[in-house]
Amino acid sequence: MSVLVDKNTRLLVQGITGREGGFHAQQCRAFGTKVVAGMTPGKGGSDFEGIPVFNTVEQAVRATGANTSIIFVPAPFAADAILEAADSGIGVIACITEGIPTWDMIAVRRYLERTKTYLIGPNCPGLVSPGQAKVGIMPNDIFQLEGPVAVLSRSGTLTYEAAAQLTERKIGQSTCLGLGGDPIIGTTFAQALRLLEADAQTELVVLIGEIGGTAEQEAAEVMATMSKPVVAFIGGATAPPGRRMGHAGAIITGAAGTAQAKIQALKAVGATIAPTPADIGATAEKVLKGLKAQGLAPAKAKTSTRKGR
Amino acid sequence: MKVHEYQSKALLKEYGIPVPPGEVAQTPAQAREIAARLGGEIVVKAQVHAGGRGKGGGIKIVSSPAAAEAAAAQIMGQPLVTHQTGPRGVPVPCVLVTRSVDIARELYLSIVIDPAARGPVLMASEAGGMDIEEVAAKTPEKILHAPIDPVAGFQAYMGRRLSFGMNLAADQIRPASDIMGGLYRLFRDKDCSLAEINPLAMDKEGKLWAVDAKLNFDDNALGRHQDVSALRDPSQEDALELQAISYGITNYIKLGGNIGCLVNGAGLAMATMDTIKHFGGDPANFLDIGGVARVERVVNAFKLFVADPQVKAILVNIYGGIARVDIIAQGIVDSMKTMEVKAPIVVRLAGTNLEEGERILKESGVKLIRGKDLADAAQKAIAAAKGGRA
Repeated sequence: MSVLVDKNTRLLVQGITGREGGFHAQQCRAFGTKVVAGMTPGKGGSDFEGIPVFNTVEQAVRATGANTSIIFVPAPFAADAILEAADSGIGVIACITEGIPTWDMIAVRRYLERTKTYLIGPNCPGLVSPGQAKVGIMPNDIFQLEGPVAVLSRSGTLTYEAAAQLTERKIGQSTCLGLGGDPIIGTTFAQALRLLEADAQTELVVLIGEIGGTAEQEAAEVMATMSKPVVAFIGGATAPPGRRMGHAGAIITGAAGTAQAKIQALKAVGATIAPTPADIGATAEKVLKGLKAQGLAPAKAKTSTRKGR
Repeated sequence: MKVHEYQSKALLKEYGIPVPPGEVAQTPAQAREIAARLGGEIVVKAQVHAGGRGKGGGIKIVSSPAAAEAAAAQIMGQPLVTHQTGPRGVPVPCVLVTRSVDIARELYLSIVIDPAARGPVLMASEAGGMDIEEVAAKTPEKILHAPIDPVAGFQAYMGRRLSFGMNLAADQIRPASDIMGGLYRLFRDKDCSLAEINPLAMDKEGKLWAVDAKLNFDDNALGRHQDVSALRDPSQEDALELQAISYGITNYIKLGGNIGCLVNGAGLAMATMDTIKHFGGDPANFLDIGGVARVERVVNAFKLFVADPQVKAILVNIYGGIARVDIIAQGIVDSMKTMEVKAPIVVRLAGTNLEEGERILKESGVKLIRGKDLADAAQKAIAAAKGGRA
């Protein structure tokens, strides 16, 4: 199994003729993803490294059956690109673009509530199901081992760090999702956890949060209803309040935004906390071994994969 | 982006929110003229981007133009130190000279983006004039919330609910609601990330005034607001942070410790700081170098370390994704060849183009301390900063 991206993924690259878009289209293809279309307005009918380019998402979907999109367009035009993809029936959108104005995302998020589309990001590395498909910008070589652990993170590089530590311990991954560092994102921890709870392959979730907002507290509410264990790390414990730590969402503006408050909320629902990012792999390994020792079979996949909010 | 109180108040006024009469003064003599024009009791307020001005001596109440001039001279004559500025304080480029309001009650009003509600939320409280974080911690029931739908916008009922909730009299409901509506339109039109009036003061006649105001703006939206971008005051920003911005490095934050950090990715950069602290060290800065396309960017980051007298060791922690390890490695080598980097350098590299990066480092012959992973590198950087070798 895995969630959101798999062998059936047919990928459209929005902004394929740009530097980043072109490079990562090829990297995704090298990973094994079926990259079926590119899209750049005005360049329809041309060809990028054997990938047909279209003027609109609608045309691309109609001609190629694309069901997933990855977006590399510049920030001022990114909201438009997301809405075009959703309006054309794309089911999973990963928006890599950084620096989208918050109000643009408020409008996008509100629009998406009425659709079945899942948006990952923006300001994120995308998502990858090892052995099946990559819809993102993460290095191919560290996401090669299929297995029982899902990784959810607000940070790109920490996703790599976590996956590499797992792989080093011969622990494979089901799906790794970088959800993005902005205040308003598409798919949240809470929604992703519901999907992973229903996924037959996933036995354990590694959740990498950070200061700012209340996404980890919302995640804790879902975790209270889950059968699968969660290992968590919260970045930014030492960040000073009031300063934005790179990610637009990583700013402590209230008591709930501190690392301490988040760790407390996650611990209260049974999460095992990795004290430093270097301990994520070892902590996950310990919890997995505990599961096996107790002879607990992974929870049966629940049938519903309906888009929950 | 932050702006000064007088700039915030000018925007509030544009949106119909009552602001006490006042003007900004660049010199003590100007402060005297403005005070003479306004007459009556006068407040002279330091214009800085930090909070806690009152306790820091940055706000003075005077009753004559001469006293206003003296107060302005005193306030502008030295950096202002508050609990938010650090011990060196911040320069005071100007003062706001404004008529004093005879305050009967102090209320609180603000709008922020609530990520959980995926939109703006209006907050109001009877406990104005205090630190709202403290109110939220001790008496959360005193803060009233009204989430605002981004399409429907601010509605009159929200104003009524919050105004009656703050125990305002019937004839004050309309003016209070109008202030809330104006604040929301301002917040929406200008892409604010925070719009706060604290206190929203009621005078003895029952009239409401925005006595202090704070606006923050979404950095990502500044591109569509030339008028807001023009309000930036570089005097309020750290010299090293400004130097970073001049290199196009926007994710650099100066901190108090002695280990310079160069990391790719905001999450990993934060986690690197956490790891250093975990092992007993102290980072000198937060720096997310991002997806490095050019060697020059790395060299520029090293220029920041060299310019920072607090840096006693440098920790380079790279997990290459979009950022390529070979470019980082070349940047380290070029930095060491083109400038005198006194601080020992601890390097941990992984990810995209690692082999090529390793070859560059090896062939250059530069002296580096190698960390095999994040924990190892952090501990070696701490030891190096202390003057020892791990």
